[in-house]
Amino acid sequence: MSEIDAITKIAQQAVENSNNIADLEALRVQYLGKKGELTALLRGLGALPSEDRPRAGAEINKAKSLIEDLIQARKEKFEAIALRDKMNAESIDVTLRGRHGDIGGLHPVTIVLERMEGFFRSVGYDVIEGPEIEDDYHNFEALNLPEHHPARAMHDTFYFNPNLLLRTHTSPAQVRTMESNDPPIKVICPGRCYRVDPPDPSHLPMFHQVEGLVVDSNISFADLKGTVIEFLRVFFENANLNVRFRPSYFPFTEPSAEVDVQCVHCLGKGCRVCSHTGWLEVMGSGMVHPKVLEYSGIDSEKYTGFAFGMGPDRLAMLRYGVDDLRHYLDNDLRFLEQFR
Amino acid sequence: MKFSERWLREFVDPPISTGELVHQLTMAGLEVDSFTSLSDRFSKVIVGEIIGSARHPDAEKLVVCKVSNGHEELQVVCGAPNARAGIKVPFALVGARLGKEKIKKAKLRGVESFGMLCSERELGVSDFHEGLMELPFDAPVGEDIRDFLKLDDNIIDLDLTPNRSDCLGIVGLARETGLINKIDVSYPENRFVTPIVEDTFPIELGDPRTCPRFVSRVLRNININATTPLGMKEKLRRSGIRSIDPVVDVTNYVMLELNQPMHAYDLNQLKEKIVVRQSKKGEHIKLLNGDDVLLNEETLLITDGNGPIGIGGVMGGLTTSVTPNTKDILLESAWFLPSAIAGRARSYGLNSDAAHRFERGVDWQGQVSAMERATELLISIVGGEAGPLIDTRESEHLPGLEEIKLRASRVEKLLGVAIDDRTIEDILGRLGFGFRSSTAGNDTYWIVKAPSHRFDISIEADLIEEISRIYGYNSLPVRTPLASLKMRSNSESEIPLGRIRGQLVARGYQETINYSFVDPQLENLMDPEKKPLRLANPLSTDMSVMRTTLWTGLLKSLVYNLNRQHERVRLFEIGSRFGQVDDVAEASFKDILQERTVAGIACGSRYEENWASDRDVIDFYDVKGDVESILALNSADFEVVPATHPALQLGQAAEIRRGRELVGYLGLLDPRVQKALDIRNPVYLFELMVGPITNKVVAKIEPLSKFPEVRRDIAIIVDQSISAARVMKCVYSSTNDSLTNLKLFDVYQGKGIDPNRKSIALGLTFRHRSRTLTDEEITQCITNIVSSLKSELKASLRD
Repeated sequence: MSEIDAITKIAQQAVENSNNIADLEALRVQYLGKKGELTALLRGLGALPSEDRPRAGAEINKAKSLIEDLIQARKEKFEAIALRDKMNAESIDVTLRGRHGDIGGLHPVTIVLERMEGFFRSVGYDVIEGPEIEDDYHNFEALNLPEHHPARAMHDTFYFNPNLLLRTHTSPAQVRTMESNDPPIKVICPGRCYRVDPPDPSHLPMFHQVEGLVVDSNISFADLKGTVIEFLRVFFENANLNVRFRPSYFPFTEPSAEVDVQCVHCLGKGCRVCSHTGWLEVMGSGMVHPKVLEYSGIDSEKYTGFAFGMGPDRLAMLRYGVDDLRHYLDNDLRFLEQFR
Repeated sequence: MKFSERWLREFVDPPISTGELVHQLTMAGLEVDSFTSLSDRFSKVIVGEIIGSARHPDAEKLVVCKVSNGHEELQVVCGAPNARAGIKVPFALVGARLGKEKIKKAKLRGVESFGMLCSERELGVSDFHEGLMELPFDAPVGEDIRDFLKLDDNIIDLDLTPNRSDCLGIVGLARETGLINKIDVSYPENRFVTPIVEDTFPIELGDPRTCPRFVSRVLRNININATTPLGMKEKLRRSGIRSIDPVVDVTNYVMLELNQPMHAYDLNQLKEKIVVRQSKKGEHIKLLNGDDVLLNEETLLITDGNGPIGIGGVMGGLTTSVTPNTKDILLESAWFLPSAIAGRARSYGLNSDAAHRFERGVDWQGQVSAMERATELLISIVGGEAGPLIDTRESEHLPGLEEIKLRASRVEKLLGVAIDDRTIEDILGRLGFGFRSSTAGNDTYWIVKAPSHRFDISIEADLIEEISRIYGYNSLPVRTPLASLKMRSNSESEIPLGRIRGQLVARGYQETINYSFVDPQLENLMDPEKKPLRLANPLSTDMSVMRTTLWTGLLKSLVYNLNRQHERVRLFEIGSRFGQVDDVAEASFKDILQERTVAGIACGSRYEENWASDRDVIDFYDVKGDVESILALNSADFEVVPATHPALQLGQAAEIRRGRELVGYLGLLDPRVQKALDIRNPVYLFELMVGPITNKVVAKIEPLSKFPEVRRDIAIIVDQSISAARVMKCVYSSTNDSLTNLKLFDVYQGKGIDPNRKSIALGLTFRHRSRTLTDEEITQCITNIVSSLKSELKASLRD
């Protein structure tokens, strides 16, 4: 065995027996350093005959790189172990809750209102919110509801004085829109409304409405039907939802229609929610009464329009399965937190 | 309005089921609320006759009856006060079912009983339960009570819209049913009663504008004690009206049949003449229902020589009403102007079937036929001799039959489809509308006259509604409206409310919606100086004033949740608050401030209870941070300055300003209010006006400097009373725009510092836009700043 082989073998053994990176560093110095054993052999090449030098040099270099590789491999192993130990030491319980991730939430009526506004804005409607305290003229008279009109009995009104009241619907916002804008008009008016109804599961003295109004030179009942059906289908995310129109009466529209939607719970089969009729009444609608247009200075021969009004509180009830309207105003966190 | 399906089918009997009929009516605009079968409630109940009765030996209130079922006599123990021999009553046999109850053989106080005698309530035919239901003497003993009472019937409950008062009578409903089904209606025969006596009673139309027609007739020598026929009683009952006496029953019957309310006076109680006129201040009347009513003006009255004897179209008076002693009567069948009746009943807290009809309007041509029908029916029951029918009228005040132009082109424009002329004419004909057609250019038009019972039809749009209604709303086309693709403007200088909502939600606030009207006591705690707008007719005192701040409702919701084991609550609301006025009675729309605000409330620990953070309760700076996070959506400068507010604790109250404009308040709930509301932990509140916080300037970017920035920190000591804002202001005003950032990163009071002073640490960042600042320049800046702080705020440098 040559001297090179002997050194290599010992070095190999020493690397295998090393316990840490410091040991390895010492071995590196011992064999490969400036005064290392193999380095010394390399220096001693000059003493060999010139024809032997290349071969001997190559052998020494080979041994050198072998040891270098062994040290490196051993070193990487130590590093890997050290890293693993470090990670083990730093390991934590990832199932513990993170810091301050608590958020609040939106009220369900806001969620519904925002969706509704989104649908109508997407086809070019403006959103107008009028005042909640109104005068008799805008809430009633301009809507073809003169004093003592029997239909006023359907609007049990909160009054401040005979001429000042809490709006019973958001229609006065439509009147104000028509007063200050020329056709074409395309608006929805969301907001709070008030009627003298003691709170019970299906009534609140304060509720929300979204009314829509479209006035243009070529607007017909067919456009009303198209708009309403499309809205209800996108709202309930059911492209086949059945919708029907029933003749009804509102002083501010002529013809007037109630809109029923196929019960979203039983899909029309009949259940407790729809009183076993298969249908749910969801909005009132109609072609704007010519007198209403004229009250606001719009030529009713030239322009026609449609209007509709619906209750987001009730739509939210149907959509989320809420069974008592009073939940909306109790603001019980156990209720509200379910709308995340 | 409730009616009997059987009664309707007497006039028109389409070959369709009850379910189909109900659907038809609903789809024709006469909405059916519900319908219920009359006969489902019971079985095995027959007509029984009490043959004999004796006192129960051991029970004072019980009677032992012998009851015939037609072929044998059975013993039945009964507790009804009217149980006596000779009457016929509903008899539930052993094995019968009454609602959920099964009738079995029983022993009552030792006496055997085979079946049960029934009251009206037990049969489910009315609420009457004071005694047994007494059947007519000619009722056939043994017959099934269902057949005898014709209980194979449905009660249909209609929710009629105010324009369709013509359908408040069975005949009107029959007319509608007939035209929908295209079949004929057998209307009641219009017979004329031949007068036997010549008696009349003078009628004067004192206010012909509001009462232009008063048809009357005298009927002498009636037998008021006659019995109303069972068939008529049943029809009344199924329409929700109780039988009183034959005269009242007949007037009610005619009202239900022909939709013409009537009234009967005791002729011998009437003095001089009847005058129909408006009320005068101070008059009063004792009404049929016993109420003594002080009349206000603008009430239409029926009066005689003694004064008011009835509120026109609403209710008759007591003194002239028909009594068990009445012999001669005067019948009234009048027409009143709807607007002269509307609201009157309600204003006196009354409601009557007559008022319900008159305020919506009745057929102004229906008074005579109603009178003839009533007379005929009355004579057949109570006998008597009729006087002549007197039709007192002032025709020029009655409505007329107006001609309305209907254009085929307008039908198409409004409905979005051309309906052919023949279909239009067919519908007009079925509705009983008179018409003649013409053309103008290419357009057909019709001159239409609606019959007098359809006085709700007055303009072309009304006719188009009728056509579309009969044609069927659901047969009309559906179209998605076409519009120009003009873009909607959307101002960037307006921060959408959704971002504010999102920000608050992200910081842990739950949105709420609170009533706009609140408890005045709570409102008073928020600001005793303010006079909130008061409702004239609130639902209750605790909902009687309009909130002047959203805090009122938020506090209520906070307390609600604290009382339900929530210790940590963060709530917000976006809504309107309302200003105050000195005199509500005189206030008009423009006097009322209505202002949208965003408000929040926070109470409890800083963080949801958890393993990692402290459990400290929040303080002012937590909520201020929430507010700042909303304000930071806006690039404008907002200033928070100490302030006073009646609902906030002194020293922890601040107002938020944007320039000179007050934006809102922020602070700790006054401990007295907190105590009054029984809240344990401190409560922090804020309220910001939506306008000034959402209105912002669109960004304009400055070029980025390529030169390095330099930071220097200094620590100064100032008096306790010097606010951070003053320190910052002083620094900014004593340097130039190379100071690009100023941070206050520490405040220290305590060991090593004079107890009246505090240490403040400031981090200053300098950078020049176009060159690198030299060390000397920065040192000069710091020197200037320190000297200003020294001279203006008596600050000293801390070493």
